[in-house]
Amino acid sequence: MDGDTQAYHRFLTGVTPQLRLLAVRRCREMGAPASDAEDIVQEVLLAVHLKRGTWDMSRPIGPWLSAIVRNKLIDTLRRRGRHGSVPIEDVMEILAADERTDATDRLDAEQLVDRLKPPQRDIVRAISLEGAGVKETAERLKMSEGAVRVALHRALKALAALYRSDVREDR
Amino acid sequence: MKTDELISLLSVDAPVRRRLGQALAVALVVGVVISAVLLIGTVGLRHNLVSVFETARVLFKIGFTLLLAGVATLLAARIGRPDASARRPALLLLLPLASLVAAVAVELAVLPEEAWAASWEGAHAAFCVFFIPVLSLAPLLGILWAMREGAPRDPGLAGAAAGLAAGAIGGALYAWHCPDDSPLFVATWYTLGILIVASLGYLIGRRLLRW
Repeated sequence: MDGDTQAYHRFLTGVTPQLRLLAVRRCREMGAPASDAEDIVQEVLLAVHLKRGTWDMSRPIGPWLSAIVRNKLIDTLRRRGRHGSVPIEDVMEILAADERTDATDRLDAEQLVDRLKPPQRDIVRAISLEGAGVKETAERLKMSEGAVRVALHRALKALAALYRSDVREDR
Repeated sequence: MKTDELISLLSVDAPVRRRLGQALAVALVVGVVISAVLLIGTVGLRHNLVSVFETARVLFKIGFTLLLAGVATLLAARIGRPDASARRPALLLLLPLASLVAAVAVELAVLPEEAWAASWEGAHAAFCVFFIPVLSLAPLLGILWAMREGAPRDPGLAGAAAGLAAGAIGGALYAWHCPDDSPLFVATWYTLGILIVASLGYLIGRRLLRW
């Protein structure tokens, strides 16, 4: 977590299956579409990322991680709970929608990325969707590497805020 | 965006820029400097500061507010971590509280009964309740800004702790001007001013510190 990109990548990839399991279970309890589970996973990952400065490295990571996850899950539950219960027809539809999960989550998140401001959006596109490196992106956009890094960090914060407001308004 | 694409995106942003503790330290220094300038620039320091500084009452007034500020800051920093228990710093709040109770008891024992009301009322009670929150504003905004780096389980509580710390800092600064030294005065009007700031912190924190 001290700036070692590869170790950090391994860590995030390692915790994701477990997060997905929790998210799917939570969606089932709430009667939310299973396609929402991947949204929750991404939202939790963003929270883990943006709040990683609150982890005291002398303490075990487990309790910290579960505290973050619990907070985010409670959050999603609260946001949906406000709009009452879900009719049974929807649940049937959800079951049918199960297999489409992959396509829909890609669409949802891409809509959020669209709402970012231009330089942030281009950077997110280049790095996540096209797999470009920071250096390459910086050259392409004629920015310094430092500026790209700062813009990326802001974009992630904006993305997390969009996730929150999006779910709150739409459902 | 697929989840593994998001993960690649996040790992590019791997280095931690700011830790909660560092942000808090910066916020405190900046907030205290702004409020100190505000105090000196408006009402000024107490003119007989040097001569009264050694009296027990003045020492208590400054010591109590500083102690409260320290404990409340510790509490705010702890609440900002999602996995840390805030129970011990919360219990530490009993320390300033006990010292306040003890000082009031001593004051009541030392003063003749006829003097109680005058000491309690002081000379500038209303101004004190107004000016402590004013002096707390810069530290409050600073601490809340720093706490945005945090991940509190209860945003309202985190805001209240930030407000308590900021209010106590405001009180500690105001003590350099305030001519009312009786613990009876401090226990009533200082506490009232500090609690106003803590409530304000609660209200702001509930909205601002959600994540």
